[in-house]
Amino acid sequence: MSFEFSGKTYETDDDGYLINLDDWNQDVAAYIAEQEGVEMTDAHWEVVNFLRTYYKEYSIAPAIKILIKEMKKMFGPEKGNSAYLYNLYPAGPALQACKIAGLPKPTGCV
Amino acid sequence: MADDLKTPLLDELEKGPWPSFVKDIKSLAGKKEMAKDLLRQLEKSYEDKRGYWKHGGLVGVMGYGGGVIGRYSALPEEFPGVSHFHTLRINQTSGWFYTADALREILNIWEEHGSGLLNVHGSTGDLVLLGTRTEELEPTFRALTEKGWDLGGSGSDLRTPSCCVGPGRCEYACYDTLSLAYNLTHAYQDELHRPMFNYKYKIKMSGCPNDCTAAIARSDMGIIGIWKDDIQVKPDAVAEYVDSGLDVQGLVVENCPTGCIELDGNEIKIDNSNCVKCMHCINVMPKALSPGKERGAAITLGAKAPIVEGALFGSVIIPFMKLEEPFEEVHDLIERIWEFWDEHGTNRERIGEFIERVSLATFLEGIGEKPLPQMIKAPRDNPYVFYEEYYAEEGEGEK
Repeated sequence: MSFEFSGKTYETDDDGYLINLDDWNQDVAAYIAEQEGVEMTDAHWEVVNFLRTYYKEYSIAPAIKILIKEMKKMFGPEKGNSAYLYNLYPAGPALQACKIAGLPKPTGCV
Repeated sequence: MADDLKTPLLDELEKGPWPSFVKDIKSLAGKKEMAKDLLRQLEKSYEDKRGYWKHGGLVGVMGYGGGVIGRYSALPEEFPGVSHFHTLRINQTSGWFYTADALREILNIWEEHGSGLLNVHGSTGDLVLLGTRTEELEPTFRALTEKGWDLGGSGSDLRTPSCCVGPGRCEYACYDTLSLAYNLTHAYQDELHRPMFNYKYKIKMSGCPNDCTAAIARSDMGIIGIWKDDIQVKPDAVAEYVDSGLDVQGLVVENCPTGCIELDGNEIKIDNSNCVKCMHCINVMPKALSPGKERGAAITLGAKAPIVEGALFGSVIIPFMKLEEPFEEVHDLIERIWEFWDEHGTNRERIGEFIERVSLATFLEGIGEKPLPQMIKAPRDNPYVFYEEYYAEEGEGEK
C-alpha cells in the first residue's frame, strides 16, 4: 500500500505504517496524525521524537513500560504515566504514536 | 439448524447427557452467519487436525489498551463470517451476582454487535464475549458503557480482579471478598485498562482456605481468608454429629493432615498450634466447627500456568493481614510489589518467575518486608541445616 502527500508517494504496510524510516519528516507525520484524528501539539511531538530517537538507537520500538519510565525521567511524573499517553494517543501509544513516528507496527499481544 | 451446515465430526460432541458447546453454537447458527462459519471452520480444523486461527493482532477501543483480544481466521475467503472474531472481556460483578435483566442487557447488546456467543464464567473471571468485527468494537463499547458496563483486563496489565461469593452467601468468609474486589477494581483502573507491566498480574480473592477462586494456583497475587486464633467449636453440635452416626474418628480425626485433632467420646480436642487451616474438619462438620474469630487473610504471590517457565503455585508473602475498608494496607503492599517488579523485572516475566530469578531474599528487601518462617516453601528440606541443635536449645529453654 501507499499514499500520496505533497507530490511524493509513501510506501506503507497494510495498516498504514511507513515502510522506509527515512521517508519520515514532520510534515508527513502531521499528515498521518490528521488521518488518525490526532492534532499534534508540543506534547505529542515530545513522544514522537522520543520514539524516533529510541528506535534509531535500538532498532526496536520501546515497550510501554520503558516509554513511560523515560518520559518520567525527561518530563516528570505528570507526563510519565499511561493515562497521559492514552490521552494524547487514544488508540494507544504503541499503535498510534509509532505510526505517526514512522516506525513499523509493533507486534505481539500488548 | 441450518440445512447447508454439514458438521459430522462436531455432531459427535452433541451426543451424551453433557452440555455441548456445539449445541450452543448451532442454536445461533440459524440467525448468525458468524456462528455458522465458526462451526464450519472448526469442522475443518477437526478434519485437518490443525487450528485455523491466526495469532493475535492489536485491536482495541479508544483510550484503552486492554479488554479486547484480536482474533482473525487464517482462511477468511473460505469462512468470511469469522474473518474477524475478536473477543471482548467485560468486567464481571463481585461474586458474579447478576440480575436476569442485567444478563439480558448484555445478550441484547452482543446479539446486535457480535456473534451472540458468550463464555460465562471461566477462570479468567470476566464475562467473555466471543466474536465480533473490528468496526463493531467502538459501537459495542459505547453500548456497554452507556449501560454502566466496562471492559476487563488483557495483555500485560492488571487483570480484572476476581473473588469468591464470600460473605454474600458463605459463613466461612474471613473477610469481605466482594468489597475488596470492588475496591481494587476501582483503585487500579489505570493499571487495568492501560497495559504497562512486564506481563499480566492477576489478583484473586478467596474468603477462606477452601479457596473457591483457586487463588493459590491461578493468581499472581492470592488473597486468601484465614484466622489467627482457635477454630470455634460447638460441643453440643459435635456430640450430635457423633450420635447421628458420623464417623468422626475416620472422616475427621484421621484425615487431619497434621493429626492435631483428638476424639474423646463425644468431645473433640484441637491442638490449634499445629492446625494448618486446611478446612477439612470444618467442611465435614459445618454445624459444629467454624473458623476462628480473629479473621483476615494470608497473601500469596507467584502462581501461574506454564508458558515461559513451568507452572508455579503461590507461596506466602504475608502470613496474616487484617482486611477492612478502605484496605489501605493492601494498596500499600500491591504498590510496593509493582514498583519493584516494574523496575527490575524483564519483559514477559511473571511475578513468580521474577521472585525465583532474583531470590526471595532480594525481593523481600526490595519491597521492604521482613523474612518470616511462614514464607518457607518446603520446610526442613535443606540437608545443611541440622535441626537437632535447635531442638536441643529449645529443650534448654532457649530459642
